[in-house]
Amino acid sequence: MQPLNQHRGGVIPLDRANVDTDQIIPKQFLKRTERTGFGQFLFYNWRFDTDGKPEPGFVLNREPYTGGSILLTRNNFGCGSSREHAPWALLDYGIRVVIAPSFADIFYNNCFKNGILPLILPEETVEHLFQRVDSDITQKLTVDLETCQIHDEQDFTASFEVEPYRRYCLLNGLDDIAITLQQEDRIRDYESRYPDYYLLTNPV
Amino acid sequence: MKPRTLFEKVWDRHVIHQEEGKPAILYIDLHLIHEVTSPQAFEGLRLEGRRVRRPDLTIATMDHNVPTTDRSLPITDSIAVKQMETLAENCREFGVRLYDLDHPQQGIVHVIGPELGLTLPGKTIVCGDSHTSTHGAFGCLAFGIGTSEVEHVLATQCLQQLKPKTMEVHINGALSPGVTAKDIILAIIAEIGTDGATGCVIEYTGEAIRNLSMEERMTVCNMSIEAGARAGMIAPDETTFSYLQGRPYAPEGDTLEKAKREWEQLHTDKGAVYDYRVELDASKIAPQVTWGTSPGMGVRVTDTVPDPATFSTPTEQQSVRRALDYMGLTPGTPITSIEVDRVFIGSCTNSRLEDLRAAARVVKNRQVSSRVQAMVVPGSQQVKEKAEQEGLDRIFTEAGFEWRESGCSMCLGMNPDTLDAKERCASTSNRNFEGRQGRGGRTHLVSPMMAAAAAIEGHFVDIRNWKYQD
Ligand code: SF4
Repeated sequence: MQPLNQHRGGVIPLDRANVDTDQIIPKQFLKRTERTGFGQFLFYNWRFDTDGKPEPGFVLNREPYTGGSILLTRNNFGCGSSREHAPWALLDYGIRVVIAPSFADIFYNNCFKNGILPLILPEETVEHLFQRVDSDITQKLTVDLETCQIHDEQDFTASFEVEPYRRYCLLNGLDDIAITLQQEDRIRDYESRYPDYYLLTNPV
Repeated sequence: MKPRTLFEKVWDRHVIHQEEGKPAILYIDLHLIHEVTSPQAFEGLRLEGRRVRRPDLTIATMDHNVPTTDRSLPITDSIAVKQMETLAENCREFGVRLYDLDHPQQGIVHVIGPELGLTLPGKTIVCGDSHTSTHGAFGCLAFGIGTSEVEHVLATQCLQQLKPKTMEVHINGALSPGVTAKDIILAIIAEIGTDGATGCVIEYTGEAIRNLSMEERMTVCNMSIEAGARAGMIAPDETTFSYLQGRPYAPEGDTLEKAKREWEQLHTDKGAVYDYRVELDASKIAPQVTWGTSPGMGVRVTDTVPDPATFSTPTEQQSVRRALDYMGLTPGTPITSIEVDRVFIGSCTNSRLEDLRAAARVVKNRQVSSRVQAMVVPGSQQVKEKAEQEGLDRIFTEAGFEWRESGCSMCLGMNPDTLDAKERCASTSNRNFEGRQGRGGRTHLVSPMMAAAAAIEGHFVDIRNWKYQD
């Protein structure tokens, strides 16, 4: 996993609440068996019309947003299906930070496993950022995960919180599996006391 | 000992290690996998040279993109075929049991788990699918995970988890005739919102819950995720134990007796506290119909389509306006005057035998409206077989419904079962998101009886006034 410590990028304002993972990556693109190549399908049904032509009104088809890497959006982002294809598509498109007042659990969790920071800011701050992008579409933000601060080139600054352990893993790009495997003795000990009524031995 | 909630009891029993300020490492008793969210996980194992730690506690099925038409015909979607073949190869290589397309017990992962007796009280169960919460109906801690976590469980049989909060949803009183488990959960979501239980495990309690059958409890727990919850749980009782009798993987004889003594402890102790609590009166719940593009956008069948201006915040008003525009609905329209083009009875929410029985009672000796195309997709091959033994398939087909093979089908439309743009569907599934059932398709979530009645009349009706013809 790619570590993330400081990130500076253009802001993409997606002014919608409850954006679900079916919108982030529609189901017709879930049939790939790889982890990459999903960026071209990000927000597909909003981004392209039924003939596959770009919808000129959608934010990802407008300059300068096409080159942005920080998605700004509303509450409960990433609700619905558990598909990790959603963060894969965001990452593959080039998005490293998503800012919202709240996120759905599974999506939030999946972001950290893929080097994306889901950044929670209070509703008023998010509203304020939307207004700033509105008046300056070239708005860039710098997110510093070391200090848990976010700021722009003028006078905006805010701090945010991330669970320390998640922050640590993201800063170092750590693989959870290796961390869990360090507990091999404990896992084996648990398995030696495993209840027989949970063993799936009956059928073929 | 400090009084504990049902959730805490199951959680505590599975924590194999916990360091201050870090997620707990939780042991997983049952890992269910399917073709869509597992290929990249197996690929990850291969790249790292890892094996599946407990193939004996891992079970695979194919359900998300399988065709529901005649299985003897070749499948036309070559990418779907590749995904199914990849799962079969991965299962072979790593020694995982697979219920493939031709297996007589194939079905939707959350239907076959309980049906085969894989789902047992007190287990931790995970699957790369958010509706894993279904299994919580047995007093398990069951939740959906992403593909990185699927890989993690395959490699370690454990998962790193931060401890969720708890919420009690207490339902007093008794349901009126025609009001079902689906209406309970839709009413809860409409009440607390789609993020009302974010970060929580819900425990459903109260008289109305205790009186539900196992299949109805599964419907309630299934849609916990639509309220934002990690999982939903119901304490096991006699209803649970008698459901388990004789299921293929369930323990028997002395082992079962021993297990039961453990499982009888799985209830929230007197004096234990939840982080949040919500109370609802079952007798006040009416049949529900969603009008928008989020499961929380629902009303009683006797209501009208709401006016965006009546919502409090600008963000909400904007969401409602956008939803009504997408759904092609005007504020003030009575729900019962909304006409439907399609009816889908199926999905892991409502495709079990009792669901099909309830819908068949409504349909019996009637005809599907000429403006409606209607289909029934049983949740599993076992459900299909039992329904056919009872003659339910004939009731449906004689009325003009299509009777299909099992799978997820039009719940998410990854296979050819989809809505066309602007087609309006009464669906017993769990999500009404934009494009979920097909690009531009308009989904209204309802109970199986409400869906069946809409198929007959061509528009929504209040099922409480239905005249049964048996
Ligand atoms: S029926 Fe629908 S919700 Fe259930 S597992 Fe299949 S796709 Fe997911």
